[in-house]
Amino acid sequence: MLLITCPYCRMARPESEFHYGGEAHVARPAEPANVSDAEWAAYLYMRANPKGVHAERWRHIHGCGRFFNAVRNTVSDEILATYEAGMSRPDLGDGTKDAR
Amino acid sequence: MASLHRTNGGGRVDRARTLSFTFDGRTYQGHPGDTLASALLANGVHLVGRSYKYHRPRGILSAGAEEPNALVTIDRGDGRAAPNLRATQVELYDGLVAESQNRWPSLSYDVGAVNSLFSPLLAAGFYYKTFMGPRLLDSNWAWHKIYEPLIRRAAGLGKAPTLPDPDRYANRFAHCDVLVVGAGPAGLAAALAATEAGARVILCDEQAELGGALLSEWAVEIDGTPAASWVADAVRALAASPRVTLLPRTQAFGYFAQNFVALAERLTDHLASSDPAAARERLWQVRAKEVVLATGAIERPIVFPGNDRPGIMLADAARTYVNRYGVRPGSRTVVLAACDSGYAAALDLHRAGIDVATIVDPRPNGNRTLIEAARTAGIAIEVGATVIATRGRQRVTAVRIARIGADGSAAAGSWIPCDHVAMAGGWTPSVHLFSQSRGKLAWSDAAQAFLPAAAAPGQAQRSAGACRGVFGLAAALEDGFAAGKAAADTRVRKRSFNVTHDLTDFSGIVGTPGTGAHVSKAFVDFQHDVTVRDLKLAAQEGFRAIEHVKRYTTTGMATDQGKTSNLNALAIVADHLGKPIPEVGLTTFRQPYTPVSFGTIAGTSRGDLFDPVRRTPCDGWAQAAGAVFEDVGAWKRARYFPEGGEDMHAAVARECRTVRGAAGMFDASTLGKIEVVGPDAAVFLDRLYINSFQKLGVGRCRYGVLLNEAGFIIDDGVIGRLAPDRFHVTTTTGGAARVLNMMEDYAQTEFPDLKVWLTSTTEQWAVIAVQGPRARDVLAPLLEEVDLGATSFPHMSVKAVRICGIEARLFRVSFTGEMGFEINVPADYGVAVWEAVWREVQKHGGCAYGTETMHVLRAEKGFIIVGQETDGTVTPDDVGLGWAIGKSKRDFVGMRSLSRPDMVRGGRKQLVGLLTADPKLVLEEGAQVTAELHPPAGTPALGHVTSAYWSAALGRSIALALVADGRARIGTRLNVPMPGSDVPVEVVAPVFLDPKGERLHG
Ligand SMILES: [Zn+2]
Repeated sequence: MLLITCPYCRMARPESEFHYGGEAHVARPAEPANVSDAEWAAYLYMRANPKGVHAERWRHIHGCGRFFNAVRNTVSDEILATYEAGMSRPDLGDGTKDAR
Repeated sequence: MASLHRTNGGGRVDRARTLSFTFDGRTYQGHPGDTLASALLANGVHLVGRSYKYHRPRGILSAGAEEPNALVTIDRGDGRAAPNLRATQVELYDGLVAESQNRWPSLSYDVGAVNSLFSPLLAAGFYYKTFMGPRLLDSNWAWHKIYEPLIRRAAGLGKAPTLPDPDRYANRFAHCDVLVVGAGPAGLAAALAATEAGARVILCDEQAELGGALLSEWAVEIDGTPAASWVADAVRALAASPRVTLLPRTQAFGYFAQNFVALAERLTDHLASSDPAAARERLWQVRAKEVVLATGAIERPIVFPGNDRPGIMLADAARTYVNRYGVRPGSRTVVLAACDSGYAAALDLHRAGIDVATIVDPRPNGNRTLIEAARTAGIAIEVGATVIATRGRQRVTAVRIARIGADGSAAAGSWIPCDHVAMAGGWTPSVHLFSQSRGKLAWSDAAQAFLPAAAAPGQAQRSAGACRGVFGLAAALEDGFAAGKAAADTRVRKRSFNVTHDLTDFSGIVGTPGTGAHVSKAFVDFQHDVTVRDLKLAAQEGFRAIEHVKRYTTTGMATDQGKTSNLNALAIVADHLGKPIPEVGLTTFRQPYTPVSFGTIAGTSRGDLFDPVRRTPCDGWAQAAGAVFEDVGAWKRARYFPEGGEDMHAAVARECRTVRGAAGMFDASTLGKIEVVGPDAAVFLDRLYINSFQKLGVGRCRYGVLLNEAGFIIDDGVIGRLAPDRFHVTTTTGGAARVLNMMEDYAQTEFPDLKVWLTSTTEQWAVIAVQGPRARDVLAPLLEEVDLGATSFPHMSVKAVRICGIEARLFRVSFTGEMGFEINVPADYGVAVWEAVWREVQKHGGCAYGTETMHVLRAEKGFIIVGQETDGTVTPDDVGLGWAIGKSKRDFVGMRSLSRPDMVRGGRKQLVGLLTADPKLVLEEGAQVTAELHPPAGTPALGHVTSAYWSAALGRSIALALVADGRARIGTRLNVPMPGSDVPVEVVAPVFLDPKGERLHG
């Protein structure tokens, strides 16, 4: 079981308190009516799914209830950073921030 | 009476007390401190099991967790039968009942031993060839008559108990600064160092006594103190610290991410009797800041022909039986020593009065000091020799030694009579937990072993002592102390240890020393009966990677996970392929280290606690009324209320007629309920649902449909506006949590600018639906000053009222097509109000109805159920709900997807009604709908039946279906192919009753 630090509660809590929420920073187009079918399809379905460092959404569902983001290595399960929803992905200096 | 097989004194068993136990029905005696294995040896019992494939007689190989042969079933009665326990780990208690496994009819006369005669047929790849090979026989017959019984019998040595496990199991989460796994010399030293630093320490060890290998020493002194006393002092010092938790009988079996380690603690299995309320085992889930692995090493067998006969055991195990348990495992021993521990065993066996016939050492140059000591003791030594054959049916009677030539060939020599062989092949570090932690291993030529190299990220752990190749007692103690210090506080003063009688060479040999062509019946994996021949065959057949060889031969795949065999197997395959060992690779170490009972893992999650049941406030009333229940998600819902011996069909038909004729009441409390509050509540709901809510008046309701962003229906429900900034949202029973999570997601991440707050109120309200033409008459007497008239409180209204004096929310809504109300009262008043309504319902000839009637009544009206008429690929238009989409809306969740090309093309499946030509015939839900009457195989279906019921109101069957271009097919005939008879159907509009809604608005 992973330990995840909720950036709102500022506490490391067991994974069972959290829900996974898919890739982070996939913003819903502000005016969906103005985007092309291809752009909308990309928003709906295209995800990076990397083997390695991944920014993803979690929700502290059995805690404060807040959605937040985490940078996790999908190979080692190491959680490199967690940060509040709406903040940009932190640069961990490993070259993965702009990989997508 | 002193046993012939006990030493004259010494050891850690309590000779003053005697315990009785039975093995295969025969009664024997042992002492407290014995394991089942030591007690059997003390009674001269060596034959303890039959091997897996060939049913060869097998004896006790080891004295620990690595035991591949001595597997027994311990039956404590009443379902407390534990199979495949290692006799070497089972603590003896008075009255213990043990049975051997994999033999019939008895251990000494086993019919299955005939398998030995067919051993060429059972060689490597037998299972694969069985499944994949040419089908000479009718495969079905062969499978059921030959292969399956054979494989089933062979698949597990012990039999799983058939009765439910009556024992209790406990579970504990724990946190500590330093978790030390293993309480041998390195582990004890590590715990002492960490404790000195003031750390919170957990020290666990799988044995009943802490001390590990030190418990088998009699001569060793540490800093001038005898080993046993040193252990006692160390344990006493640790136990005295309130910051230390000592866990004997506790196996660390799994190492997971972020220093999360699972331990299984045995609490009562060693007791003759225990309080039935006491837990049998406890699962510890430990999160440690630092982990010190002091898991030691396992001695390897030597691979030579006939190395599996009872009486042949590991040298260090023999030494442990003599020194720790006071047991003589034989009367005349041949020691095959490829490293120091063989000599140490020979000397201690000799000291215990066992005739050590000879030491056979395959190495050209052994440890001179030890050789000298053995010679001084009068023990003959054959250097540069090995064993190439053994004799003896149920116990070894002789071994044949051979001198190894310069070219590696062996020249057969004389037979030496003996009843015991001790083999010391070298030591394999126990890197299982390190490997489970995803640490990287590297091959060490010096140690002839894989050793921990790099720790995985996030795993703050270090190995100490023999498990990282640091052998020798003084070195292991110092390494352990240094690891504990590093894990806790580097300011702790470094410590060195003064040890007498230390050993130095542990590397030994891997593979098959000097046996050349003599490989017949040379066992590598004892538990799975894998021989050198099998491994060579796999290599000859083209297997190159050890992972493939493992699966093909099943070497290392038994319950012992190859603890004694993996490295030898690897060396033999590498040798055959002419490659260095690291190039052949290493198999994966998996949890659990030793088998763990299901009870320990399940803990309290069993029976009623496995999947908690949700019950509504009115559940007790429904039970008393004789309702038949169904499971809906975690809820128990009343399905129907049979009267006077009615079956479901009769009860549902009566309930349907009563609701449409008079009135019925229904427990709708399971509906999900979410209170959406805030100045932007209406805007928020507008963005989530397809409907418009901004213009919805206070006191009015709307049927809301929720899509996902892909444009497909995922939930629906009535939404009432209680105030300009307050909505009462209902969801489907199963969708409540999902919808709230989705709302929170949008509120927090996509629309954080909106001022809106969401609260789950599902369990705050009991919901009582009253439906039918007399519904108003039922409710009127219970309400204070409320006009329920069609104009003052029309369909789709909501109002705060007092019912039976209790504040309530009253909805005028209908899921039946009849005039209907839903009363929401605080859950605690649910039963009281239900009973009051029930009294009124009865006055009007009404009834209580269940979910089955609810389904029929809504289907007669063509109301969809999300998850029945929809399956995650259905749009609002597909089910005729296009009208619900707010006309002037620019955006809502899923709106953009509704104009994607696939959504607007023709041929989408649409909701229609189906009427069977035979009105008595009720279609099967899920049945396919086709154009042709007898479609040829492979014809794609036009769609499928989503709902089908007997309609009492119509006196015939009805069905709803999703059919390609369904609305255009209304009035045409289609077919529902069924086994035996295809059913012609007429396509109709999906509303069977009161299409104008006159009853609804009455
Ligand atoms: Zn939180």
